[in-house]
Amino acid sequence: MEKGTNITVFIRRFDPEKDAAPRQQQYTLQVERGMTVLDGLHMIKQTQDPTINFRFSCRMGVCGSCGMMINGVPGLACNTQILDVTTTALTLAPLPNFNLIRDLVPDLVPMFGVIKGLQPYIQRSDVAEMENPTMEYFQTPHQLEEFLQFTYCIKCGSCMAACPTMATDKEYLGPAPITQAYRYNTDSRDDAGDARKDLVAASHGIFNCHYAGECSNVCPKGVDPARAIQLMKKDLVLRYFGLGKRKCAHLCKKPDKSLYKPKIEAAPFTVGK
Amino acid sequence: MANKQYDNHLGIFGWLGGGRWGVERYLYILHRVTGLGILLFFLIHIFASSMRMYGPETWTAAMAILKNPIFKLGEFFVFVAFAFHAVNGIRLILIELGLAVGKAEEPIYPYKSSLNNQRPLMVIAMVVVAILIIAGGYNTFFGSH
Amino acid sequence: MRETAYWTWFIIAAFVILIFAGLHMVVMHLSVLGVFNPEGGAVTNWGNVAFRSQNQFLAFTYIILLGAALYHGLYGLRTIVFELGPKKSFQDTFTVLLWIVGLVLFAIGTYSAIAAKSLELAL
Repeated sequence: MEKGTNITVFIRRFDPEKDAAPRQQQYTLQVERGMTVLDGLHMIKQTQDPTINFRFSCRMGVCGSCGMMINGVPGLACNTQILDVTTTALTLAPLPNFNLIRDLVPDLVPMFGVIKGLQPYIQRSDVAEMENPTMEYFQTPHQLEEFLQFTYCIKCGSCMAACPTMATDKEYLGPAPITQAYRYNTDSRDDAGDARKDLVAASHGIFNCHYAGECSNVCPKGVDPARAIQLMKKDLVLRYFGLGKRKCAHLCKKPDKSLYKPKIEAAPFTVGK
Repeated sequence: MANKQYDNHLGIFGWLGGGRWGVERYLYILHRVTGLGILLFFLIHIFASSMRMYGPETWTAAMAILKNPIFKLGEFFVFVAFAFHAVNGIRLILIELGLAVGKAEEPIYPYKSSLNNQRPLMVIAMVVVAILIIAGGYNTFFGSH
Repeated sequence: MRETAYWTWFIIAAFVILIFAGLHMVVMHLSVLGVFNPEGGAVTNWGNVAFRSQNQFLAFTYIILLGAALYHGLYGLRTIVFELGPKKSFQDTFTVLLWIVGLVLFAIGTYSAIAAKSLELAL
């Protein structure tokens, strides 16, 4: 049986009732191969200090709850193996550029608010069809590929923590919201491109991104927000020059009668009734 | 919620990063620093160059002041800043107009991003900057000034 | 649309600067090539400066470069200052201030580029 590695874990603690500012607390941890940062946190909470607070849910990298700073880089605690990061010292801190509620728990609600404000849902001008759909919208696999990458966002906030503009500008939209705005604008089924473009191109919006690229470096799902943001800038410039309008996806046509199979005769008997 | 939250924004230190960031982050910082440096120089340059309208005597007197080695060194730094800012600026224009970031593709682990797409461009840009700095340095320190 | 307009012209100004300041760099810092420096010697010798002042093409390029560089630089400054999170009232005032400073400096620079020519200084 492999002997585990003994490491020191530094966790940033903050109790709003007792502390004026965050402080660091030290623990030791016996790490086995395969142990994730989240496993380590659970171990410390169960065996050493039950007062540590951290968010977690799915423990498999799809919910976005456990975003935190792991040795200075934002990421998900549940899909980061401790021994991949360090064999001596692990430093955990809450995601910066958000208000801090407690210990490793940031306040992500403002980010959700910004995303919601950019209308992250399909909108079309034919409202009747949208409310009471009669048919599918036509979309080719190529059209899907234009925005599919950006649908993988789990709103964990790692990109917002890594972004240098987010560090000083509290009004900046941030990589995740702008990427979601681009995802819906590029979805050929959507028709509300202009409204979202106006929101995104406002002051403290998309033009405060200067391609430091850290958002894409840290994204745990490979969403590549930096790419989405630059592609959206291209769309905005094209719109400024009156170019690049695209047609909205149309409804599929109902197949005409000639495609129906000939009527199948009823079975001579049925089991049961 | 009665408890007060703690403002965990990094502030200007967040522009500088923590030493574990990618190259592009540092290029962004340098681009800002060189931009501000060039702007400061430029505002002074407008007034200095305007001395020409007062005629040859005033002009030659002004240039004599600027022959001081400290100004020559400063001029070299401005040239270096301009070379970096211009070439990195070309790279940023290509990126920010969506021409060097590649197309959206389904993420398959290990993830590649637009940073991989623009890396060759970044390397070429930095090589061009190095060449320009050497050429400018040769001209400033060994050329006929 | 306003921020899109500001930014798009910022990029266009960047191209303009690239070309004209690139030319300026060749003239001033690659003097071994002797572009627009008929007298030889230092590029800032009066003879060379007067030659460039009299040249219509160069006077034109200086004015274009001045305008583009002022716009590009001051927009960059505005972006950096705005990212430090000032209040909305400051943002609006600062924008107006930058426009005024930019236009005043443009006037000064354009005058000096043209005045030297019209004063008919001897080569």
